[in-house]
Amino acid sequence: MSETKPTVPVVPDGVREIDIVGVRKGAFGAAGSGDTSGFGGLVAPIVMPTGSTPPFGGWFDEVAEEIALSLADSGVSGAVERIVVDRDEITFFVNKKDLVAFMIECRDEPALRFEMCMSVSGVDFPHDVGRELHVVYSLLSITHNRRIRVEVTTPDSDRHIPSIVAVYPSADWHERETWDFFGIIFDGHPALTRIQMPDDWVGHPQRKDYPLGGIPVEYKGGTIPAPDNRRSYN
Amino acid sequence: MSTTESADIFAGSYDTVEGTVYNLGGGGDWETISAAPEGETEKIVVNMGPQHPSTHGVLRLVLDLEGETVTEVRCGIGFLHTGIEKNMEYRTWVQGVTYVTRMDYLSPMFNEAAYCLAVERLLGIEDQIPERANVIRVMMMELNRVSSHLVALATGGMELGALTAMIFGFRERELVLDIFEMVSGLRMNSAYIRPGGVAQDLPAGAEEKIRETVVLLRKRLKDTADLLVDNAIWMGRTVGVGYLDLTGCMALGVTGPVLRSTGLPHDLRKSAPYCGYETYDFEVATQNTSDAYGRFLIRIEEMKQSLNIVDQCLDRLTPGPVMVADKKIAWPSQLSIGSDGQGNSPEHIKHIMSESMEALIHHFKLVTEGFSVPPGQAYVPIESPRGELGAHVVSTGGTRPYRVHFRDPSFNNLQAVAAMSEGSMIADVIAAVASIDPVMGGVDR
Repeated sequence: MSETKPTVPVVPDGVREIDIVGVRKGAFGAAGSGDTSGFGGLVAPIVMPTGSTPPFGGWFDEVAEEIALSLADSGVSGAVERIVVDRDEITFFVNKKDLVAFMIECRDEPALRFEMCMSVSGVDFPHDVGRELHVVYSLLSITHNRRIRVEVTTPDSDRHIPSIVAVYPSADWHERETWDFFGIIFDGHPALTRIQMPDDWVGHPQRKDYPLGGIPVEYKGGTIPAPDNRRSYN
Repeated sequence: MSTTESADIFAGSYDTVEGTVYNLGGGGDWETISAAPEGETEKIVVNMGPQHPSTHGVLRLVLDLEGETVTEVRCGIGFLHTGIEKNMEYRTWVQGVTYVTRMDYLSPMFNEAAYCLAVERLLGIEDQIPERANVIRVMMMELNRVSSHLVALATGGMELGALTAMIFGFRERELVLDIFEMVSGLRMNSAYIRPGGVAQDLPAGAEEKIRETVVLLRKRLKDTADLLVDNAIWMGRTVGVGYLDLTGCMALGVTGPVLRSTGLPHDLRKSAPYCGYETYDFEVATQNTSDAYGRFLIRIEEMKQSLNIVDQCLDRLTPGPVMVADKKIAWPSQLSIGSDGQGNSPEHIKHIMSESMEALIHHFKLVTEGFSVPPGQAYVPIESPRGELGAHVVSTGGTRPYRVHFRDPSFNNLQAVAAMSEGSMIADVIAAVASIDPVMGGVDR
């Protein structure tokens, strides 16, 4: 039976390739036990919230326009790949080579004035071919009381992303943590060393190909497998 | 490795005959240590921590010293890294609460609230949270802010030698923890706030107990404040120490009392309200001294404001549900105390075991499999006692979080230690770190 199961998901109409980050197989995520339901053969794409087009609503339009204008003024074109407005949060997907220029405009332009970079974190999408590693920045403007998210992607084969420490010094430890957990190299970081794991640690634990680890728990003769080997649901 | 031939008169012979014998008499460069090179002043590198009573937890500070003056500070963290974020990817969304509550262990309610608000935003049920649940959340968070600031005062005081402040702080904190124990069953790490509401309603008598405790806390807080506010020794240790101005705070992403001590009234409860904070009447405490003493005064004032908010919460507690009405999300059972201890309520057990097979299936599916969360990501920041606590939660539509990242204020603010204390005395490093009030459980996660 298993060789007839489809492995490539049927992409619904209107879904763009760029929004698909993975594949979901089966209904229960359980492997290794017999599939009597038939749902185990399901294959579906994982579609993230899709790119939005103006008007975005609220202050999102103003910020998007200002960013486009100030980037054009400084001679940067094509920096913003797409803009996603979802759940009242705006995300700018930025071309990684233009990331630093983008951040400088966000910080310095009076109409934008994103004074603080609050957070840098990574997300690993191993099935998002060519865009496996995502880095997510959260910028806060206290002046205008606004918050945007900036997302940069890079292929796993080229784990380099420019560092923004020169623009936002607060990103220092956050980028070190992202390197530590995902193996993303932030070019230009003053001291990109491990921060949470020991210096001689091998591997980057938050990547999806890094196992959780753990040992089976034995209790009164029964054995419960380690968390990453338990039956689970997806 | 000779164990019998020894010149030591106190250990002429000893019986270690196998395994590694460690000889502490020499080794390293101890005997060949040389003077500083010509033209350079003598530099001493001191490792303070990670096992040090005054570094506020397992924080390692590498200090370059010239005499008693600190020329360079570097922080070493990660000693308390437990892989919470990774572990959460292998549990259901509801189980995640049990993990996040252990991050910043002094403000568990805030961790839970940030995580639950992010999950609720992903689920699109932010508007469906019952009023009573929101009021209870605010009340628990503000009580938690008091208990957290009390520990900040207590440990900060202890690190500067004010042991009475420590005794007072921990004594008062216990009053708040008693409330947490009464309401959630646990003093700390209570996993009380859940996606969709709170785990269970307030028990009988809780409102009266909270009311009494608030009255008592107000009185006791005044005692603690009187002890330190005009205390010459305390001021001598903290005034002008750990200076970080607004520019420094902005560049280093510092929030919370440290930012407010520069005079900027930035508080997410005002600027981006959540859980209905816009309907409460309170002031944002600020100082313009940018130093450790200002941060101390801010914490004192914030505790007073928090108690005022708790009063307002008690006044607007009206009977009603404490969990979202959507049965596909809401936890199916409630806990109750029976003759044999705490457990699921007998009514619920009776319902699923002998009345409705569908209810049993529903209970089983929701508890073992959990609910699915639509794909997307959310970043929800809240004002924790230490600054902006942000939960970045990513879902790919499954029953488990795809990625959870906590932007912990302690983690970020610790970056400011170098800016605050380079050029100062060693003793002032302690005061500066204490004024940031880092909690290493949150820093390392």
